[in-house]
Order: sequence, then C-alpha cells, then structure tokens
Amino acid sequence: MAEMNIVKAVNSALDNMLEKDENVLFFGQDAGYFGGVFGTSEGLQNKFGSHRVFDTPLSEGGIAAIAFGMGINGLRPVAEIQFADYIFPAYDQIVNEIAKVRHRSGGEFWCPVTFRTPAGGGIRGGHHHSQSPESQFTHTPGLKVVYASTPYNAKGLLIAAIECNDPVIVLEPKRCYRGPFYGDPHNVPTWKDHPEAQVPESHYTVEIGKARLALEGNECTVIAWGAMVHVAQAAIRESGISCDLIDLQSLVPWDKEAIEASIEKTGRCVIVHEAPKTSGFGAEMAASIQERCFWSLEAPVNRVTGWDTPFPHTTEWDYMPSPARIAEAIHKTMEE
Amino acid sequence: MAAKKKRVATIQVPTAPARPGDKPKFAAWTHQPGDLSRPDPLTCTAADTTDHAHGLVRVLDDDAKASGPWNPDLSPDELRTGLEHMVRMRIFDDRMMKMQRTGKLSFYMRSLGEECVAVAQTMALETQDWIFPTYRQPAAQFVRGRDMVSMICHCIGNEKDNILGRQMPVHYSYRTGRYISVSSPVATQFSQAVGVAMASQYKGLDECCITWIGDGASAEGDYHYALNFASVFKPPVILNIVNNQWAISTHANLASGSSNFAARGLSYDVPSIRVDGNDFLALYSVTKWARERAASGAGATHIEVLTYRAGAHSSSDDPSKYRPKDEDEVWPGGDPIERLKAHLISIGKWSEEQQNELEEGIDSEVMAAYKEAVKFGDLANGPYPSSDSIFTEVYEDIPWHLQEQWDEMKRLRGE
Repeated sequence: MAEMNIVKAVNSALDNMLEKDENVLFFGQDAGYFGGVFGTSEGLQNKFGSHRVFDTPLSEGGIAAIAFGMGINGLRPVAEIQFADYIFPAYDQIVNEIAKVRHRSGGEFWCPVTFRTPAGGGIRGGHHHSQSPESQFTHTPGLKVVYASTPYNAKGLLIAAIECNDPVIVLEPKRCYRGPFYGDPHNVPTWKDHPEAQVPESHYTVEIGKARLALEGNECTVIAWGAMVHVAQAAIRESGISCDLIDLQSLVPWDKEAIEASIEKTGRCVIVHEAPKTSGFGAEMAASIQERCFWSLEAPVNRVTGWDTPFPHTTEWDYMPSPARIAEAIHKTMEE
Repeated sequence: MAAKKKRVATIQVPTAPARPGDKPKFAAWTHQPGDLSRPDPLTCTAADTTDHAHGLVRVLDDDAKASGPWNPDLSPDELRTGLEHMVRMRIFDDRMMKMQRTGKLSFYMRSLGEECVAVAQTMALETQDWIFPTYRQPAAQFVRGRDMVSMICHCIGNEKDNILGRQMPVHYSYRTGRYISVSSPVATQFSQAVGVAMASQYKGLDECCITWIGDGASAEGDYHYALNFASVFKPPVILNIVNNQWAISTHANLASGSSNFAARGLSYDVPSIRVDGNDFLALYSVTKWARERAASGAGATHIEVLTYRAGAHSSSDDPSKYRPKDEDEVWPGGDPIERLKAHLISIGKWSEEQQNELEEGIDSEVMAAYKEAVKFGDLANGPYPSSDSIFTEVYEDIPWHLQEQWDEMKRLRGE
C-alpha cells in the first residue's frame, strides 16, 4: 500500500499490466518518451521499451484505428487520448468499428481496447480542454464506459478495463489528478491523507458495473461521477442533510442494485454531472430511476449539471456545478 | 471593411469526363511491359519508385503476351487457378444478382471487371497473411478455400449465416481464412490494417496484412492516417488503392485533383507503384514484391491498382443514369478474365473448349451451392437466425440492461 495521487495510480496500473501481460501495449501523443502531458506514463518507456510504450503521430483517428487492428490481431492495446475533447476524430473508429466488430463478425473478431483520457473541467481549459463526453459513448452499444474519481478507483478501474475483452472508455477527472476538488478553486488540497489515496502497489481491480458508496446517509441519494463526487461531498456537508453519496464509477453498465437500494431507502435523488444537461447521462439515470423506483420516490428526481453551452474559460466556476448549487438542489428535493 | 464583390470565378466543381450520351473519354495507354524496372524490394526507397508511381506496371501487352522484368513466371497451373477463381467470382455474382432481383437477398455488390484484384493479390500472399477487404474483394475467400454454401448463407441471411443476419450481404467475415470482417463505413479498414500489421510486427511473426480502399474512399481521413502511420512505424502492410474510376456516381476526379493516386504515397515516403489492375501477371508480381518488402522488415508498400468498375456500384444504382453505357467496353484495360484467358491460349495451355467447360462446371457448382444454401432459408421466406442474436456478442457477456431488454423481447415473442 502506498499513498498515490491519480497520476501515480494510473501509472501504477499501466506498470502492473505491462509487467503482467506482454500483449499489453500503451501509446498516445507524448505518452512515450515524455511520459504524457500529465505524467501518467512517466518512466514506463524506459522500463518496458519503446516497442511497448510509445509516442504516436497527432492523429486520434489513426490511434484508434491501429488500436482496432492490434486488438483483433491478439494484442490488448491501451491508447491515451490526450484530452477527451480530442477524441472526436476517433469517434467513427470507436463507435462504428471498435464497438461493433464482435457483433458484426458473429464473434469471429473482437477488440479488447482500452482508451484512457483526461476529462472534465476545473483547470481553466476553456472549450476544448474541459469537456466531459461520457454520454457520447454511453449511447453506443458495445462499449463500456467508466469514470474514475479517486486514486484507488482510477487504478482498479483501469486494470479492469485493460483485462476486459470488450472495449472500454476510461475517463479520468483531470481536475483531481493531484488532489480531490471540493468546488473551491482557492482551496485545492492534495490527496495527502485521503483514505482513497491508499493504493496497493500490486495488481487489483475495481469491478466494472459496481458503484461505490462514498458517504452513507438516509434522507437523500446523491449520484455523481468523476470530479463531481468530491464537489457533491462538499455540498452534502454544506446542506446538513443526511445523504447517500453514490460514486457511480461505471456508467455502462451501471450498478442498478446500489442505486435501487439507496432510492428505496431515501426516496429522494439528486444527480450531479458536469457535462451539459440535455441528453447527459443524468437523463438516463433519472429516467431509469423513475421507471424502476417510482413508488419509492417522495419527490421528483433533480439534476445539477453543466449548462447546455460550450464550456467557458475564465468563468468556468459559474459553469460547473458548485457545492452551493448542489446543496440548493438537495434542499429543494427535501422540500418537494 | 468588406471586400468589394468582383466576380472573377466561382467554385470549380469537376464533373466526370463523360456523362450519359457523351462519348467515353479514356486516354490511350502508352505504357508497355518492360517500361519499368523491378527494383530490389529490400532496399527500394520511395524515390526509387517515382517512375513506377507515375507510370504503369504491365506484364501482358495488348496481344496478351507476357514480358518484362515484372513477369512472375507463373506455372500454367497457377495461371489456370487464377482464371478459375476469377470466373467463379463472376458466375457467383451473376447468380446472386439474379437472386437479389427476386427478393432472396436484400442487396448485392458485384466485383464485375475487377475480379483480378482480390484473386491475383491473395494468390501472391502466404496463407498466414491477413486480408482486410472492402466489399469488392470477396473473391479472396475463394483463394483461401471458403465453402461457397457458407458464403451464400451469409448473403441470403438465413439461419446458417455465420454472422447471424447482422450485416448486409457481401459483408463477409471468414476468420479461418484470415479474412477480416467487412464494414460498411468506407476507408476504416485501411488504417486498421496498419494496426493489424503492427501487431504482427510486435509479435515478430512472418505475416503481413493486405488491405484495399477505393479511389472515392481515399478522400477519407483514414486513407491518410494509414499512409502516415505506415510511413512512421514501417509495419508489414500492403496498402492498395483500387482506382476503378467510380464511387457510385462520383468520378475519381472528385476524390483527388490529381488523376494519379499512386504518387500520393511518395509524399509519405512509402514506395508506391501503379499497376494495371486487369493484368493478372502484373498485379500478382507487384503484390509479391510488396510481400517481400513486408517480410524483410522494409515496411509498407502503396499500390494503385488501375481498373474499371464494369458494373453498378451495387444492386441499388443504375449506372446508365450517370455515365456512358458503353464506357466499360472501351476501358483500355479490357476484361481481366479475357486477358488471362487469351494469354493462356497464346502459350498453348488453354482453349476455348476448356474455357466453356470451366464455365459450365462453375455454373453447376454455384447452382448446387445455391440449392444447398436455400435449404436453410433465404431473406424472402426465412427462416432467419434467431432474433436472440440481436443481443448476443454485443459484449463478451450479457450485461444486465441487455438481459432485461432481451427478456422483454422474449416476452413479446410470447415466450
């Protein structure tokens, strides 16, 4: 066990898997020699060689295409997309090709590819270094989608993704790489002394499809993923309401048992994500909750999300859900 | 301040050299066998292929005589095998097209006029090499020994379709023959093939990957991703751009402002050759050369296979609406089957009688395979694969949300 931030935890996951399975390769823009723009693969090229950890041209479409080819030819490629905002040139390869090849070929070919990519705002990244595109992928049959929030689940989910024989998109909250983010840009702690920063150095997995109960309460259920888990935690404290905080971790498939059990207990639910509201994954959660748990609900399900606008640069704190907005939604849910 | 409007020109939109009612326009070929050297495949640089990219490798001349440094000196048996596979493809296509017209298939795509591409190029490879086709190379499966009944079962979407009725006809998948599942989005296989080859390269195996793209699809990003990654990582891949002049109704002059596709590879520093795609010997030979490069670690080869799409794009379009009716007859490259047949006859290893016998034999073979295949159903009458196949193989295992939806479908089926 060691104390790690998310950068180190991701590095440790890649290190474990490169060590364990010679069919694992890792590549991406600046991911080889330099170790990635966030340092997530630092030292790995030196350790495993440039035939296993390498830089690619600046070509997300090409990166996804070679990952497809390697995947169907027996390897287990892990591709880094430097920012989730830049995954769209690869969208056709991911959505039409990688996600569907097992089905389209009658199971003759499959593609155990992992894409890992830093997502979300809070680093003053403007339109194109801040987006959280999870719902662009949750709408694609054949893909699994997970969203890390802590060093512990960042490592465990990434290993589970690499070992999975289906393609998995792993989103990492870049705002939380070096510390949890509680929604106050002027007070940014590190992961030091955080219980979820205690990470085994050896191999382990966090099961895809399982949520994590980050806080336990009995009056309201708050569902969040990525950086919003920590912001929601601050909001719950601020609200004074006793809440279950469910860190969804896995969006496809999501943990229906955990969600149902919590809603049946509390009868109230607030969903928080930083992606835009319309067609966001919160809409899927809200619809599913009313389908599955309608008779347990005491109030309408509320959503706190990013606005349906491009992500701003200087005014990002007015864009992302803040503890105050989330706390207000919790109160509103309690009063309804 | 807005610029003052002064019209000097408008958008320049190319059209095809000839449209319905026009006289077909093809420049006469000046290239002859022996014009171009056969460079050492192991040491050849892109610059060494400048003439090859701008010229045209031919082995068979207009009188079907073989000559020049690219003559692969194939045995009569090998030549007859090539001829047989091309004839098989053509007769198979004719039968499937007829069946499409009667509703037994939803859709069909013939290889008419370009049967040589898949046959010659697959024959030039080793059996361990990966084939990453478009919908215009199904003949590679004949070369790799696929059972025709199984191919028909796929096309008619019956209960023996190995891909369970999930894709349209001609989207074959044949893992045993290392023939990778065909996908409808054009060009995607081109860049994926580079990844397949990189995996072979990583594993240190003596295998390469061959892939094709059409002239039209070469306008997609994937074409350029493939060339660029192949240039950088030097994997054992053979990148063929099949210039058959037409992408449905879109002429090759809209895919590129240049009439030459091969030479694009030179700017990526990948050795590039333009070859007569209806000349079995030339195409076999150039592919063998590219395979030698791949096997030696020299890297990728880019080949423009010059041919003509003699038929419609698919069963859904009528080419007389967008091009002269007799264009295929005046295509300078002729018919690949006629050319190889004439060559075999000219060397005394074939005859019209043998050709008739071959065609009759294959016709019976296709009819017999068809009769066998329809025993398991067809698109017009069923039975189809079980609709359970909608839910299987989306993931390795069935996640709960798919299971719930599958159960719902079963309930609706009355189970």
